[in-house]
Amino acid sequence: MQGFSASWRLYGRTDRTARGVFGVLAVLLPLLAWSAVSYLPFVWHPQVLITDPGGEDYLESGMRMNRADFSRAVGEMRTKNLPVPQGVATNPVYLPSPGEVLTAFGRAFTSSAPTGAEHSITQAFGHSIQIIFWGFVISSLIGVPLGVLCGALPAVARLVEPSVDFFRYLPAPAFGALAVAILGIYDAPKIAIIVIGTLFQQILVIANTTRKLDFALIEASRTLGAKGLKLLFRVVIPGILPDLYRDQRILLGWAWTYLIVAELIGTSSGITWFITQQARYQHFDNVYAAMVLIGIVGLGTDMVLGLLARRLFTWKRESDG
Amino acid sequence: MTEHCLPDYRVLPPDVAERMAQIRQRECVMEIDHVGKVFAQKRNKTVALEDIEFGVHRREFVCVVGPSGCGKSTLIRILAGLEDATTGRILVDGKPVNGPGPDRGMVFQKYTLFPWLDVCRNVMFGIEMGGTDRVEARRQAMQWLQLVGLEQFATSFPHQLSGGMQQRVAIARALAARPRVLLMDESFSALDAQTRLKMQNYLMEIWRKIDITIVFITHDLDEAIYLADRILVLKPRPGRVEEVIEVPLSRPRRAAQMASDEFLATKAHLEALIRSFGDTTEETNEGGEDFDIPLLTLVTDKAE
Ligand SMILES: Nc1ncnc2c1ncn2[C@@H]1O[C@H](COP(=O)(O)OP(=O)(O)O)[C@@H](O)[C@H]1O
Ligand SMILES: [Mg+2]
Repeated sequence: MQGFSASWRLYGRTDRTARGVFGVLAVLLPLLAWSAVSYLPFVWHPQVLITDPGGEDYLESGMRMNRADFSRAVGEMRTKNLPVPQGVATNPVYLPSPGEVLTAFGRAFTSSAPTGAEHSITQAFGHSIQIIFWGFVISSLIGVPLGVLCGALPAVARLVEPSVDFFRYLPAPAFGALAVAILGIYDAPKIAIIVIGTLFQQILVIANTTRKLDFALIEASRTLGAKGLKLLFRVVIPGILPDLYRDQRILLGWAWTYLIVAELIGTSSGITWFITQQARYQHFDNVYAAMVLIGIVGLGTDMVLGLLARRLFTWKRESDG
Repeated sequence: MTEHCLPDYRVLPPDVAERMAQIRQRECVMEIDHVGKVFAQKRNKTVALEDIEFGVHRREFVCVVGPSGCGKSTLIRILAGLEDATTGRILVDGKPVNGPGPDRGMVFQKYTLFPWLDVCRNVMFGIEMGGTDRVEARRQAMQWLQLVGLEQFATSFPHQLSGGMQQRVAIARALAARPRVLLMDESFSALDAQTRLKMQNYLMEIWRKIDITIVFITHDLDEAIYLADRILVLKPRPGRVEEVIEVPLSRPRRAAQMASDEFLATKAHLEALIRSFGDTTEETNEGGEDFDIPLLTLVTDKAE
């Protein structure tokens, strides 16, 4: 009980039960709100789904219209003594119910047959993950070593950081046309956009993390005879590793934000292409299913990486108190 | 207090005089050769040290005292090679030093154990830097841990140890790299009084057992007198050597000696000396002699 009241105090100390309950509520409350809006007609339902057009010839069953327009149509038919159109209150097409999204989500994994468009969600998403993966790996292969060197070697910092700062302010989409011209229309320019979007931030963020290493540790290791590469690999890198790991987690999130741009250049592909196609056909249940999938995979990856960090860097967690 | 006539601090008991003569005959492990240091910032220049000249003999225990801001830390950082002298040079075994090196170990005031390494790996660090292989380094590290009495904590991590234990590991880590001189900058000042006394005894015990020369910075006069063979008194603004005192206490030292006349005489002299620098410090210049503290209690609320 104490944990709950403490949770509402500034910098209060919570306990395990309170954290667990809040964690479950964090998922349940938005879902409940969504369900309420979807299943309780009196909450919102601003439109009417036509089930029987009656005498009005511009109406078709399956059509949605605003309540006001519908009641006007009903009124008109009444005065003309024609069959009155029938309909049920509903939400706009862009807000499917949780059930519909869940069905679409299930369909994505159960049916191997294409759903409407050429690709299934899973296929499209698999392609997106490949792009992210290679983009992030290539960016990290350059950005991590360069960032550490910038942080540890003043000369490298002076040489590299001005141009990195320059490129950082150019929006990655600005490179789209250039990337296609140089790298063709398939996956290469898409990976390049992810790299461009991530790399420059990565160099600066990691350089900063490297600079923040407690200088007393460097001095202590120097008086013990460490210098050069030994200093770098035995002190600097192990010392910054937990923070470096945290930076990489944040940067992976950055990489995701560039996915949309990357997938729209050249031949559009992946989950972005899937979402735009499905939206065009007004299959909003599929759109939401795709978004849920991205969210779950993103959150899941981050949680796994977070748990791994707690395992790997016990010393950091505990010495920080 | 009865007015008790203290002996002259300069009169050494025969055993101490003999010991000092012995020490003086030993070669100098470390020489401070006309060292000066000027910190040049944008507009103002701070002369932190001026023309320091001093030799530390082999297996000698030297303490450096002085009011805060007189350049003690600057001096020891120059000795360690972490800071460059503006003028003059430092010689170890007759050879000028350039930058930090394993011949001068250092124990800082801050806890500087590597938090990602366990205690044993921390002690192994300096040994491995010297090129010793891991198995041998581990064996030696365990011996050093035994010397500081922490071998049962070999697999603990620094954050699991108390401050005193961390500083003991730091001493073991510095000694394990086999330095000629051990430099200590107020290494015990973050510890509570009882722990500090224990650490002082530990340190002297270790120092007796191995061939090491110690330069120990402190602002605690009791600590300096209790530990040192010679005390170097620094005068502030600019930092200069004011006096070198030979401590008239015989060894091995015991806490009981802190009440002896020789101890009190030395302390009285040091206090007077440091008080005589007092008016040059910033605080008294700015604030004036008497503080004007507003009365924050009720006038009727008498506490004494
Ligand atoms: N990095 C620095 N830059 C400028 N001035 C410094 C620097 N380090 C120390 N000083 C100055 O040098 C003087 C001596 O400082 P320090 O050696 O830390 O004194 P102590 O350790 O005896 O208290 C002080 O006046 C301080 O302000
Ligand atoms: Mg100091």
